[in-house]
Amino acid sequence: MVVIVEYRIDRRSGVPAFQQIVQQTKQALRLGVLVPGDRLPTAKEVAETSTVNPNTTLKAYRELEREGLVEPRPGQGTFVRRTLGRPETGTDSPLYAELVAWMSKAAGAGLEQEDVAALVASAMEKQYAAGHVAAAGSTTTGSTGATTTGSTGE
Amino acid sequence: MYAGEPAIEAYGLGMRYRRGWALRDCSFRLPAGRICGLVGPNGAGKTTLLSIAAHVLQPTNGSISLFGEAPGSVESGRRTAFLAQEKPLFRRFTVAETLRLGRELNPGWDRRAAEDIIRAGDVPFDARISTLSGGQRTRVALALAFGKRPDLLMLDEPMSDLDPVVRHEITGTLLAEAAERGTTVLMSTHVLAELENVCDYLVVVSGGGVRLAGDVDELMSVHTLVTGAKEGDGMPPALGHHTLVESRTSGRQFTALIRPEGPVTGPWDMNAPNMEELLLAYLRSPDAPPLITPTAQVHGQGFGAGAVAA
Repeated sequence: MVVIVEYRIDRRSGVPAFQQIVQQTKQALRLGVLVPGDRLPTAKEVAETSTVNPNTTLKAYRELEREGLVEPRPGQGTFVRRTLGRPETGTDSPLYAELVAWMSKAAGAGLEQEDVAALVASAMEKQYAAGHVAAAGSTTTGSTGATTTGSTGE
Repeated sequence: MYAGEPAIEAYGLGMRYRRGWALRDCSFRLPAGRICGLVGPNGAGKTTLLSIAAHVLQPTNGSISLFGEAPGSVESGRRTAFLAQEKPLFRRFTVAETLRLGRELNPGWDRRAAEDIIRAGDVPFDARISTLSGGQRTRVALALAFGKRPDLLMLDEPMSDLDPVVRHEITGTLLAEAAERGTTVLMSTHVLAELENVCDYLVVVSGGGVRLAGDVDELMSVHTLVTGAKEGDGMPPALGHHTLVESRTSGRQFTALIRPEGPVTGPWDMNAPNMEELLLAYLRSPDAPPLITPTAQVHGQGFGAGAVAA
C-alpha cells in the first residue's frame, strides 16, 4: 500500500513532535490530501523516514482517534474515518479570493510579511478568542459570527 | 503511567577503578518497550554502566537485573544484546560470514531481520568488514544485534563516528526495528540534539550518579523555563518557592529553569524547555536536586518523588 503523507518534524520549533503529527494530519485532511479510507503511515514507517520515536506517532494517532478522525484496524493499520475538508476551505472558494485581494491591498500599502502576519493573528484572536486550538473536535465555527465591527476597543 | 514490566533495574550500583569511583550509588528503573537515552558528559560513567549491564564488568557495589535476571544468566544473555562503542567485528570476515557467525552463536537467530538491515543500506554481502565505511560497519553491527532478536538492546555511542546523513538513516533503522519488535533500547550519547523525538525515556548520569530519570513528556512537563528582568542583583525572591535547577543572569535579564511547586506568577516570560535546554541545565548544575520520576524508581527509592505531580 502506498504511503500518502510523510510527516516533516521540525525539531527546533518547540512544538512537541506528536502535536506536529496531529497538526500535519489535520492539514492533510483539510486540503483533501488524505480522504476517508486512506491508511496513515505506520509508526514503523514514520520512524524510518522521519526518525521519530514510534511511541510518539502512536500517541498522535490516539489523539486523532479521540477526535474521531481516524480508526485503528487491528493488524492493518490506522485509517482515516472522516475528512476535515469543506468547500469554503479550498483555494477556489470566494473567501480565499477575498483574502488574496486583501493581501495585495496590504502589500500595496507597504506592509511587510511580518506586519500582515501580526494583523491576521490579532484579527483571528479577536474572532476566535474563546476557541481552544486543541479542543477535541468541537465546532466553534460561526458561534461568534454575529459580532459586528462596532465594538469599542479598550 | 506506563508502569509495565521493568527491562532494567539498578540498585545502588557502584564501580570503583584504581583512580576512583566511576559510578556511585546509581539506582533507576527502565520500563520495557521504551527507547531510552543514557546521557552524561564524558567520563560520567555511561560506558561503565552499560558494561555492567552487559556483563562485561562486575560492579564493586550494588546490583542490576535485566528482566528480573542477573546479567550473565542464560536467560538475560538470550534476551539482551550489547553494541560496544568500538563495534567489535572480525575485520577479515565478509558481511555474509559475520551474519553466519551470528546465526551459529544465537539459537533464536532471525536471518531475515539481519539481512533486511544489511540490504536497506546496500552493503554488499561479499565485502570484507575491513573495507567498509564507518556507517556500513555500524549497520552490520546493528544487523548482528537485531538478528539476535533481543528484548533489550544496549548501544554505547552508536552514532559517534557517523556523518549526518548516515546518522539519520541508522537512527531511522534503529527506531523502525524497535517499533516492529517492541524492543527496549538503551543508548548512550553525549550529542543531545540526537535525542529529541528519538527517545521517550531518559537517564542522565553525571558525577557518577543519576541526576534525572523518567518519561520524557513527564520530565518536560514538570519543568518551566522562566525569563525576566533581574530584581536588584539576582533572582526575584518570589521564585524561591520553586525548585531551582539552574539560573543565569546577563545584563538586566535572568533565565531560570525551575520545577514549579505550585502556580508561578510574576511578570515573566514562561516557556516549556526543549530537551536540549533541560539536559544542559542539569549537566551544568551538578548541585541541582536530582529528579527520578515514579516510573523510573526502584523499590525503596523515594527521593524526588514529591516534586512530581504528573
